[in-house]
Amino acid sequence: MSFVKGLKCRECGRTYPIEAIYVCEFCFASLEVDYDYDALKKAVTRSQIESGPKSIWRYRALLPIDGEPTVGLHSGFTPFVRADRLAKTLGVRELYVKDDSVCHPTWSFKDRVVAVALSKAKELGFDTVACASTGNLANSVAAHGARSGLKRYIFIPSDLERAKILGTLVYAPILIMVRGTYDEVNRLCGEIAARHRWAFVNVNIRPYYAEGSKTVGFEIAEQLGWRTPGHVVCCAASGSLLTKIWKGFKEFEKLGLIEKTKTKIHCAQPQGCSPISEMILSGSDVLKPVKPKTIAKSLAIGNPADGYYARDAVKESGGTAEIASDDEIREGIQLLARTEGIFTETAGGVTVAVAKKLIEQGKISKNESIVLAITGNGLKTQDAIESSLAAPLVIDPHLSSFEDKVLTAT
Amino acid sequence: MSIKVRIPTPLQKLTNGQPEVEVTASTVQELIIELEKSYPGIQARICDEHANLRRFVNVFKNDEDIRFLKREKTPLKDGDEVSILPAIAGG
Repeated sequence: MSFVKGLKCRECGRTYPIEAIYVCEFCFASLEVDYDYDALKKAVTRSQIESGPKSIWRYRALLPIDGEPTVGLHSGFTPFVRADRLAKTLGVRELYVKDDSVCHPTWSFKDRVVAVALSKAKELGFDTVACASTGNLANSVAAHGARSGLKRYIFIPSDLERAKILGTLVYAPILIMVRGTYDEVNRLCGEIAARHRWAFVNVNIRPYYAEGSKTVGFEIAEQLGWRTPGHVVCCAASGSLLTKIWKGFKEFEKLGLIEKTKTKIHCAQPQGCSPISEMILSGSDVLKPVKPKTIAKSLAIGNPADGYYARDAVKESGGTAEIASDDEIREGIQLLARTEGIFTETAGGVTVAVAKKLIEQGKISKNESIVLAITGNGLKTQDAIESSLAAPLVIDPHLSSFEDKVLTAT
Repeated sequence: MSIKVRIPTPLQKLTNGQPEVEVTASTVQELIIELEKSYPGIQARICDEHANLRRFVNVFKNDEDIRFLKREKTPLKDGDEVSILPAIAGG
């Protein structure tokens, strides 16, 4: 049973049927899935969700598929970790990490969106899937698509981290490295999508794909005991995740599953690619695209399609934005690792660094609950921190060498 | 100046299904006006009521986003290729 009414233009409200389309023919804005919330309100309860599978599919009623889910049956429902040691370091009372660095199967939140996108692509009858990616999406489409027996064309910029390239190739997709930035890869894919009947998860399947990100918001609310926190700090590339976490909270509110949300959601971007944060901080109404230059390559989208919507979500919630430098990102990664034992990638380092700044600036109150949305795994971006870590102690296999070099040094 | 323009799928109904058309123009602004003359209705789709390009429309001249050039005033010359694309997300 599906509660989906159809697709609806985010700007002009025109409605469209459930097809592999993504843009309004009249005003060019993006299309979004429209649900029958009255019917959902009668059907969805806390206990019904709690008795569901420990994956994103426990929220299936709020996801845009018609039949049973077929992809990503183990994706999502990641750990929600109370981070007291990090809280102490930052001087706050109640801090949590939503830890998608261990999402199944490719260790980033993209496993959620791709689970939805490929389940939908199969329902729509596609046998070939494709994507433009800054790395995590590539890993996930390659892996989920392999298990689903789908043909996969994956397009990435050629300067990606080695681990993200290997972590795609191992699943044997057709991997295409494009000499250019992500924005150029994306433009090319927009043109390819117009000529081939492939399910481009971030182009013609995007309305369905993007809905998967709501599950981060659903899980935060459920795992916090059916309430939303005082603050969420979330990194932004296209701006879609942040927008959808907010949408997730608002949907739970609309369905009466939680009280009215008072969460302030904050946008975290890296210096060298921060068009959304800049727009929020300057109060501008125009998003200025940039040419990215940052170690946070998974966030290196200079022309973020959901930038305006992310700005709207931040504004509506009363949140704000900040920007983290490369050094602050490295320090953020290490701070989370040494206090909480969680190794996140550069994007997560941006989130930690920005949270630290907002707390120091007093924009996040020390007495309110805070959730950091950690979106990916540090093993994928080891290159970024290699030079800033301490060297191991090297000794000979003798007790005297141990006592000499280890006991005296530590 | 003859400019090749790549038309996105949602607009191809207005260009009789053609994915590529040629128009004569010396700036992007002129190109939009010329497109409208040949394919009525196209301007209202990609521009707002003040004739500015809508914020979800990306226009590229020879693969470069015109927002990095001179936006609507970006000059065009013979042989240039212009691509109109809706904004797309990813990551």
